[in-house]
Amino acid sequence: MELINLYLIPGVVLGCIYALGAIGLSLIYGVLRFGHFAHGDVMTFGAYVTLSAVALLGVSPLAALPISILVTALLAVIIDRLFYRPFRDSPTIVVVIASFGVALMLRSLVEIIWGADDQSYETGIRRPITLFDTLVIAPRHIAIVLAAVLLVVVLHIFLTRTRLGKAMRAVSDQPHLARICGIDLDTVSLWTWVFGAGLAAAAGLFLAIDTELNPNMGWNLLLPLFAAAILGGIGKPYGAIAGGLVIGLAEELSSFPLFSERPLVPPDYKTGVAFAIMVVMLLWRPQGLFRGRVYG
Amino acid sequence: MSLLAVEDLRAGYGDTVILHGVDIEVEAGELAVIVGPNGAGKSTLIKAIFGVVSTQGGRVRFGGDDTTGASPERLVARGMAYVPQERNVFPTLTVAENLEMGAFTTRGPLAPLLDAQYALFPELERRRRQLVGEMSGGQRQMVALARALMTKPKLLLLDEPTAGLSPKVMAQVFGYIRAINQAGIGVLMVEQNARLALQIADRGYVLAAGRNRFSGTGADLLANRQMAEAFLGG
Repeated sequence: MELINLYLIPGVVLGCIYALGAIGLSLIYGVLRFGHFAHGDVMTFGAYVTLSAVALLGVSPLAALPISILVTALLAVIIDRLFYRPFRDSPTIVVVIASFGVALMLRSLVEIIWGADDQSYETGIRRPITLFDTLVIAPRHIAIVLAAVLLVVVLHIFLTRTRLGKAMRAVSDQPHLARICGIDLDTVSLWTWVFGAGLAAAAGLFLAIDTELNPNMGWNLLLPLFAAAILGGIGKPYGAIAGGLVIGLAEELSSFPLFSERPLVPPDYKTGVAFAIMVVMLLWRPQGLFRGRVYG
Repeated sequence: MSLLAVEDLRAGYGDTVILHGVDIEVEAGELAVIVGPNGAGKSTLIKAIFGVVSTQGGRVRFGGDDTTGASPERLVARGMAYVPQERNVFPTLTVAENLEMGAFTTRGPLAPLLDAQYALFPELERRRRQLVGEMSGGQRQMVALARALMTKPKLLLLDEPTAGLSPKVMAQVFGYIRAINQAGIGVLMVEQNARLALQIADRGYVLAAGRNRFSGTGADLLANRQMAEAFLGG
């Protein structure tokens, strides 16, 4: 039971957070063809927007989720206009470096507006729920997983049922043919940012509910997010969901004391597990588990 | 008046000139074929007509209007459609989704357009939920053709539609192209298999080194000894 309560459940929760962040990375890579290094800081921004919404409106963090998604998506669209779109015809590395710059700016913006100290949405301790006498689960964990599933379902409906969502997959698949079909890249990229940043805002909020707010919280997650996106096959949003869950579970389960009293891998080296998985994947199957794209 | 008239067209990539003045004409409902050796500029010609390669001189008229240098979007709206040689389907989309993307710029209901393609290619209706990436070369070519037909074009431009296919599948694809043409749609295609293509063509053009070499009806070109010796291997 200790395995489930202390390792498996937190692993699934962390996996959901990684998945939501990695979906955005994957969508952006698929449509705009670059690794978005400011994605972690977009998550941070989303988490802090919720902090303000909670303070101003007196609602719970989860109730503020739609506000956070909208504000963060708007920010991402503005960032794209100002810092990424001017470089669309430049070599990829230029946009990647621009996204590094945006990452630094976003983090500073968060520190200027909200300060550099750790903060949290609510004080006090909520008692976890005990099911079947043995399964101990915190209400916030249930909420995070349910909300993540809901968001993924919304994304799925968008990608498979709407004209624009299908166009987004088409651009990601064959950009040249998409142009021949008359699909407007500007509209598709706008919605890529709305969904990518919106899901990142949710991921940031969930991370902050699970732990606390800190200006570096998103930046620190960049490595596992990329590991998740690569594991799932970069450019494939569905792969990113699986990749996120695998990385999250692997990180949490790696500190389970399997053979002795001591954890398999000391918890401080959790990120190392994600990094190891990413390196192995890049060597063994760079296209990812689900045949993602490898661009030369 | 011709559906498509290309006069003295010059085109290329950057400073490299590939077409040094080419003239071709396609009448409405006609099946025209461009053949010639590798590097003759056949694909460049099709791409220049469709606006994906920039023109450096000359004129393209389509449906009576000057469309020299027009964007693909504008040409599609005027009734032209283009199937590239490679990467001409969306492999991670289903058959139905591929066709839907073909009609992306078309307003109005999708169902009649889809039904028209399914009537022409019944196999696609059975496979409409299948991912195109899982299909064979011939089936993909069917999807590529159907996708281009979703905009109800007057003229279909095909760049080597049988490249890389086995002789059996090649014959099938030629069959589809004839069927499309018999439905009244003009076709201008570039083909490596000159003999087979000229057999079904109303009109043929032989290009070499970016210039016109021979032109005439398909049958005339096949009967032309000089042309046969130079370009059909005797």
